[in-house]
Amino acid sequence: MSDTAWIDAALTAARPQALGALLRYFRDLDTAEEAFQDACLRALKTWPVNGPPRDPRAWLIMVGRNAALDGVRRRTRQTELPPEEAISDLEDTEAALAERLDGSHYRDDILRLLFICCHPDLPDTQQIALALRIVCGLTVPQIAKAFLVGEAAMEQRITRAKAKVAQANVPYGVPSAVERSERLAAVAAMIYLVFNAGYSAGNNPARGEFCGEAIRLARLLLRLFQTEPEIMGLTALMLLQHARADARFDENGEIVLLDDQDRARWDGKLIAEGLALIDKAIRGQRPGPYQVQAAIAAVHTRAARAEDTDWAGIDGLYAVLERMQPSPVVTLNRAVAVAKVNGPAEALAMIEPLADRLGNYFHFHGARGAFLLQLGRAHEAHTAFDQAIALAGTPAEAAHIRMHLDRLVRENAGK
Amino acid sequence: MQYAILCYHDEDVVWSWSQEEDKAVMDRIAVVSEGLTKAGKLGTSLRLLPTTAATTLRKTQDPPLVIDGPFAETKEQLLGFYLIDVEDLEGALSVARELAAANPGGAYEIRPVAVFNPDRRGTAAA
Repeated sequence: MSDTAWIDAALTAARPQALGALLRYFRDLDTAEEAFQDACLRALKTWPVNGPPRDPRAWLIMVGRNAALDGVRRRTRQTELPPEEAISDLEDTEAALAERLDGSHYRDDILRLLFICCHPDLPDTQQIALALRIVCGLTVPQIAKAFLVGEAAMEQRITRAKAKVAQANVPYGVPSAVERSERLAAVAAMIYLVFNAGYSAGNNPARGEFCGEAIRLARLLLRLFQTEPEIMGLTALMLLQHARADARFDENGEIVLLDDQDRARWDGKLIAEGLALIDKAIRGQRPGPYQVQAAIAAVHTRAARAEDTDWAGIDGLYAVLERMQPSPVVTLNRAVAVAKVNGPAEALAMIEPLADRLGNYFHFHGARGAFLLQLGRAHEAHTAFDQAIALAGTPAEAAHIRMHLDRLVRENAGK
Repeated sequence: MQYAILCYHDEDVVWSWSQEEDKAVMDRIAVVSEGLTKAGKLGTSLRLLPTTAATTLRKTQDPPLVIDGPFAETKEQLLGFYLIDVEDLEGALSVARELAAANPGGAYEIRPVAVFNPDRRGTAAA
């Protein structure tokens, strides 16, 4: 690996912890980001010459802190002294810093850094953009490209989101156990948003990277909270879904359904990790929605061929999920399993009452069309597929439904 | 004399490698491994999944205690390892418990294997 590649990897890996510590120290996101940026620039200069430091995170925190304090001191010669609370301790020594770095401190630092991105007033896309920018260190052009917006617009969006975060009372104290678990739940939801932004993007490679970033954040979180079954479940869920990434689209960029995917193209390493995690989570006997969803993904993964899938098991898991987290989308997913186990008539009866709430949902009309088609009600299926196409979020989704429609037309023509 | 070479690195860094970076490292290792195999010097090698996928069986007590996460004590040293082939974590724990009954004290860290390269010394020479 070249100098810059290993340094880049080290800086990326160190970012959440180093930035989290600098944020606690300076209590200001912009100052912390500038301090980290300064430290990275110095690392790029000195690490190739001196070799990497023994503890890159501690090095970056120390150097970043000193660089920012230098800046503050320089400015204070021209202006008045900074308020005491802006800099918590000017005389801090290396030993004190090392103490600050150990154990629970950095755990809460990283959690805080993730947590400020989940501000409830921020819409989903801004939470995602903020987390990718601040925690993962993606550049504004990278994020803009992924969301198909201009760089200036994305820059403005992130700046606004940061301003909102700064106005909010960022909690710097050590959280109580209850606060910590609330933060953890909010952060887990945000990480899954990042993942889904990537997963739902079809074959847009710029957005596809989000999946890897979300998994990286989840692994990081899991290392900090090793006994949290829902964090294990979330990580397993994303790993098992991401394992199928290469098989989800054909060479023309069109969707390949789970049943039709070439299972040899699933990523065995990600699957092994996902299965190990869900096994571990289930042992804890504290079930939650992420664990159940991961367990569903695990059932698919454990089937060597599509026809070996334990659909009854999947139906049962969806029934559990429906009780935990009632939602029409969960019922819709369950109906797909029910169609396999008990046939399309029962599945159709299950989803018809959802029409009011899912009338604008692409997958509702897609699934309904598929059930109608299986029941031989071609005309109604055609109408449902037309509705689905009108609601498709990506060209790949539309193309997939069009494939069903083409087949319908062909079959009717043949009659 | 047989030696075991134990690999240590910062997993935050290693699991942050892009697919291309990871593959580049693996490709370089494969070249070295190939030479070592031909020279009859390389036995089994493997890459472990991250410590987040680990479970630890503390066998200082009876019955042993199952703990989520990797082995984290520093007072004990790595003395050996077993490579086992089982259905799932439950299967691995049951093997570990059987071994623990024969050899109490200390701990077993149970870590899934990501990549397994079998011993090819016999076949490569032929």
